[in-house]
Amino acid sequence: MKLIHIFSIAPFAPLVAALLVGFFGKKLPKIFSYGITILGVFIAFLISLYLLYLTSNGYSMNEALYQWMASGSYKFEIGFLIDNLTSLMMVVVTFVSLMVHIYTIGYMKDDPGFSRFFSYISLFTFAMLMLVMSNNFLQLFFGWEGVGVVSYLLIGFWYKKSTAIHANLKAFLVNRVGDIGLVLGIALILFWFGSLDYANVFQRANFLQQEQMMLFGSQSVSVISVICILLFIGAMGKSAQVPLHVWLPDSMEGPTPISALIHAATMVTAGIFMVARMSPIFEFSNTALSFITIIGAVTALSMGLLGVIQNDIKRVIAYSTLSQLGYMTVALGVSAYSVAIFHLMTHAFFKALLFLAAGSVIIAMHHDQDIRNMGGLKKYMPITWITFLIGSLALIGTPFLSGFYSKETIIEAAKLSQNMGSSFAYWALVIGVFFTAFYSARLYFLVFHGQERWRMNKQTDLHHGLNKNQSPHETSFVITLPLVLLAIPSLVIGYFSIDFILYGDFFKQSIFVDLAKHQSLYDLQQHFHGSWAMGLHGFLTLPFILTASGVLLAWLMYIKNIRLAIPPLIIKPVKKMLDANYGFDYFYEQWLAAGLRKLGHFLWKYIDTNIIDSFFVNGTAKLVKVASVLLKSIQSGYIYHYAFTMIIGLFLLITFFVKI
Amino acid sequence: MQANSILSLAIWVPIFFGGLLLFSSKLCKPKTAEYLSLFAGMVSFFVTLPIVVNFDLTTAQFQFQEFAHWILPYRINYHLGVDGFSVPLILLTSFMTLVVIISNTRKSIPSSKSKGGIQKNIGLYNGAFLIMSGLMIGVFTSLDAILYYIFWEAMLIPMFLIIGIWGGPNRVYATIKFFLYTVLGSLLMLVAFIYLYMQTGSFSLFDFYKIPLTLNTQFLIFMAFFMAFAVKIPMWPVHTWLPDAHVEAPTGGSIILAAIMLKLGGYSFIRFAMPIATDAAIYLKPFIIGLSLVSIVYIALIALVQKDMKKLIAYSSISHMGFVTLGLFLLTPLGVEGGYIQMISHGFISAALFLCVGILYDQSHTRDIDRYGGVINKMPLFTAFAVFFAMANAGLPGTSGFVGEFLVILASAQSNFWIAFLASLTLLVGAAYSLWMIKRVFYGEVTNKLVDNLKDIGLRETVVLGSLACLVIVVGVYPAIISDITNVTADQFIQSMSFSKVIK
Repeated sequence: MKLIHIFSIAPFAPLVAALLVGFFGKKLPKIFSYGITILGVFIAFLISLYLLYLTSNGYSMNEALYQWMASGSYKFEIGFLIDNLTSLMMVVVTFVSLMVHIYTIGYMKDDPGFSRFFSYISLFTFAMLMLVMSNNFLQLFFGWEGVGVVSYLLIGFWYKKSTAIHANLKAFLVNRVGDIGLVLGIALILFWFGSLDYANVFQRANFLQQEQMMLFGSQSVSVISVICILLFIGAMGKSAQVPLHVWLPDSMEGPTPISALIHAATMVTAGIFMVARMSPIFEFSNTALSFITIIGAVTALSMGLLGVIQNDIKRVIAYSTLSQLGYMTVALGVSAYSVAIFHLMTHAFFKALLFLAAGSVIIAMHHDQDIRNMGGLKKYMPITWITFLIGSLALIGTPFLSGFYSKETIIEAAKLSQNMGSSFAYWALVIGVFFTAFYSARLYFLVFHGQERWRMNKQTDLHHGLNKNQSPHETSFVITLPLVLLAIPSLVIGYFSIDFILYGDFFKQSIFVDLAKHQSLYDLQQHFHGSWAMGLHGFLTLPFILTASGVLLAWLMYIKNIRLAIPPLIIKPVKKMLDANYGFDYFYEQWLAAGLRKLGHFLWKYIDTNIIDSFFVNGTAKLVKVASVLLKSIQSGYIYHYAFTMIIGLFLLITFFVKI
Repeated sequence: MQANSILSLAIWVPIFFGGLLLFSSKLCKPKTAEYLSLFAGMVSFFVTLPIVVNFDLTTAQFQFQEFAHWILPYRINYHLGVDGFSVPLILLTSFMTLVVIISNTRKSIPSSKSKGGIQKNIGLYNGAFLIMSGLMIGVFTSLDAILYYIFWEAMLIPMFLIIGIWGGPNRVYATIKFFLYTVLGSLLMLVAFIYLYMQTGSFSLFDFYKIPLTLNTQFLIFMAFFMAFAVKIPMWPVHTWLPDAHVEAPTGGSIILAAIMLKLGGYSFIRFAMPIATDAAIYLKPFIIGLSLVSIVYIALIALVQKDMKKLIAYSSISHMGFVTLGLFLLTPLGVEGGYIQMISHGFISAALFLCVGILYDQSHTRDIDRYGGVINKMPLFTAFAVFFAMANAGLPGTSGFVGEFLVILASAQSNFWIAFLASLTLLVGAAYSLWMIKRVFYGEVTNKLVDNLKDIGLRETVVLGSLACLVIVVGVYPAIISDITNVTADQFIQSMSFSKVIK
């Protein structure tokens, strides 16, 4: 047994568990379902930890598992590339997945789809691991679509809910728009690089930077830029960047554990991971990097703004996720790939924590998700309260907490970058910090502080919810344990790992930065004097002032109940725009989807049915019929008709052939 | 050259059993006929296995050749042989026939009321499929033009009967349309064969390959072939017979039609049109690629708005077959193999989808999407299969549906980026029509009594759908299982396409 076979246990253990539970889980006791899947994920987690240990000591592996197929001069192989980037992602994925598995035992305990759910999340872990461990574009795409399909199944997990089955279709289709870009990017890579293997492609990227191709008429464009932008369009779908972000808020229709696992910590960050993995290509295209920076900045700011007006606890966190993904994207755009991965990691911990804590609140509120009906939960749910607070503080970037180190570094990197769009991005991110603080604080205050509003008259008649005289309470151990386990890294991981991950040689093998052109990371390193100093300095920066004022404003508005006097002339159109999600949904559903259906209908009814079928096909048949009727009438059977015809015939023949 | 007759066996065993079964409805009970046809299907499948087991992967030569003089004055011979392009399709044919025979027995659905129709003439019905199976294998193995032509035309008769006897209410229109469309094309093909005979003095395929022809002649010959094969595939704009035929055909008919008969067109392009009229094929490449793209995009949009499940899958078939012609005419090994794998994959997936529709139709007697909703509540196992095959239809990686589409998109990007772009739109539209149908039929609350009365599938359907699902995954995870067979042949094919046949 070769080493690669041992490592391949990491993705395949969850797969086997998923299949076992998927086929037999329903008929067996519950412990079978969660026991086997947790065992599978735990094995994967241990192997990931071991790999992280190996790779941080300089080990790396790039090997094929088997040959998928070969054609002409091309070989397509399935294999693993294991280096620091891979192993770090594996640890994040398997750890969060493990937490979510444990949490699910409590969260889904009364659901008839209990074993199905475990099967799905294990399957997800498999697909995600295949994605991050891949050493080639083919397998990347396999994992990419694999996680997409499990996401589809899980968003629509409660298949009776009409909103859920709308949301999962939407999620899949919007992702498919991105996938078109990814597939085309892969196709161009195969054409220009002659291989889909990462190592071969990265090696040759350098030689292709001058190549041009014709795309629009005779106008030539840089090949690398086209490839990078196409790949990034794929990332925009998966990582929900504007304008392909519309599916993520709707995906909250799925059960909360998967919102934590798939729609916050892992799957949505696949796009970020992919771009970081492709850094040896992206580094050669400043155009693509600027494009990425701008998209990321727009997402970070505009989605943060939307978080402010949401009233569904999960939706607030979903918009926060969108906004944070925008931050990561900006980091990619300014060539600070390692910072993006760093933020991906810290975000995975505190965002999974926030979602799971929100889930805990949702159970306690008997599935009422409207924050206007909550309040004062602090005293009923101490563990959820503390962990949620930690998550929120990490998210808004409180100095010394994990989110601070990663977010602050992204903002600094944007500031230092010389690439086009980075100064716009810098300001967008800084302003975004204010909104992040505001919506996080608003959410936190509304849920855990203030009056116990479910005891008052309901503002909405959503779901079931608590009765007036009931009190929420912490649920079981399996719910609170993952919260605590996630709260720890949310607190400290930034402090302890920033030096190691960002400024050491950690990503040296995996991430390539062309220092001659993109210096921001190097400059950052010059400014960095240890985690402690950075934390202290964090209290003096502009983002911190904005954070503090955001929290303060939320405190004034939602605890002190001070109404700000903003003239309705300004607030109304803004609110309308925000409520409509800037009109993206309307445009996609009313124009794009409806337009395509109309076009399809037109092609079917008019071209296919009327022209091809009725005119040509049936028309030919009719022509034969008409002709036969005409010819039939000549053959009447009467002698005098024939005689008459003969005379006419003779007459014609004589006219034409007899020369007078 | 091996002097055995495994190809003849593969052709004549099913035809023999089929013939036997035709008389069985008079002679024995339906139950006996059912067992007999099951036995016949198995035997017919097993006799094709030696072809792949003994197949030599390292050569592009025709293997297992059988040669006998038949009509000597015109030098028409009984000449069979297979290469890498024939073998997977032969196996697909015999396997699908077995699938159809197994699924024709309705025993496993207790509530089924379909005791009439098919059940009564089960022997006759299965017999027609077995005969058709033998004839189609004949098409895939013939190396003599007239032999090929006879199999090609004879195959229409059982299909004509299957739709005409066991079909839906509008079956007469559908059968006539189907018949006339295909015969129109085939006759032109016959003209081309006769012309080639005049030039070479034989009907042997090998002689056809060798003969040099002027570009004009090649053009005419290619167009004659094109008419025959384009109708079969079917390509836009000669596709309108297919939705009608599918809607009226019984489930088994739809399966064979989609899984095998459409493939005859693609196969024949590789076997006849392209190697015989090489220069014309290259010359007309943009034209065919254009039509393929129309098929892929335009037909997919039409599929989106269908209300009848079978029609939706029929249009989806046309759209997927567009990838076959696109791949073949890119004239690169990657494109040809992509197109080829697409054929095999489409065989599995479309068959499974038609089977799914058939299972629903047998219970509720409607294929109207709007009349369903929430089927998952009543048929969870069946829904799992349906979702799986819809995903495969949408080209999910890890399923066979992905391989062909992906390879063809990769290959087309080497020719022109915008071809790849148009082809890749199927990622979106294909997923849209497949999953939108799934959403409307399967998800949601139980909407009406019709759905409320549904019963989940039994063991027989599970085995059939399960084995198809396994094949879809095997090909998706390890497509080398097919491409290893076709590799050498494909390379040789591409090489032969690079030599001009024009008379200097």
